[in-house]
Amino acid sequence: MSPIVYIFIGIGCFFNLVGAIGLHRFPDVYTRLHAATKCTTFGSIFLIVAVMIQSAGIWGAEGLSSSQSVLTLHALIALVCILLTNPTSAHAIARAAHRSGIKPARAVVDDLEGEGHD
Amino acid sequence: MWIAVALFLGICIIISLVRLILGPKAPSRIVGLDTINTMVVVSMVVLGAAFDEVIFVDVAIVYALLSFITTLYIAKYIEKGKF
Repeated sequence: MSPIVYIFIGIGCFFNLVGAIGLHRFPDVYTRLHAATKCTTFGSIFLIVAVMIQSAGIWGAEGLSSSQSVLTLHALIALVCILLTNPTSAHAIARAAHRSGIKPARAVVDDLEGEGHD
Repeated sequence: MWIAVALFLGICIIISLVRLILGPKAPSRIVGLDTINTMVVVSMVVLGAAFDEVIFVDVAIVYALLSFITTLYIAKYIEKGKF
């Protein structure tokens, strides 16, 4: 494997671990969502791109009819699915938590309270 | 190398699973579930590269879309209080 693959794996593993630890370090659901979603999305991008770089390298070495081409393209599709669905589900969770009346921890004034603010 | 990455992601999944079990209310539990889903998708892609099996990556795509639908459904349940 080339050095760039190792660098991408390192970045991806670090951000996934930071996201998992952030779930425990933050006090309420909104800050936990902030830590977990952003860090795991960023780490997932780097890990899947590392897989794509490695399989695309083998694809380029073996020629056009290599079996690694399917792995590369399907990893790209999985990456697009994660990029589309992860922020959307995070927004849905935050909206549902706010509408069900959960206040942020140690909050004094909620600016989004009342009608017309989702 | 890829198997070591998958084991590391498994450790991250266990750390998130503690939040899923402890979480004070339902929204905190869904945040843990969403994190676990993302990590499972990534570890499936990584295992597909490790064992050179394309079918793992296809399973990862379907898992990503189904977990998205599940998360939206639970969020709708929390918002209204009923299905």
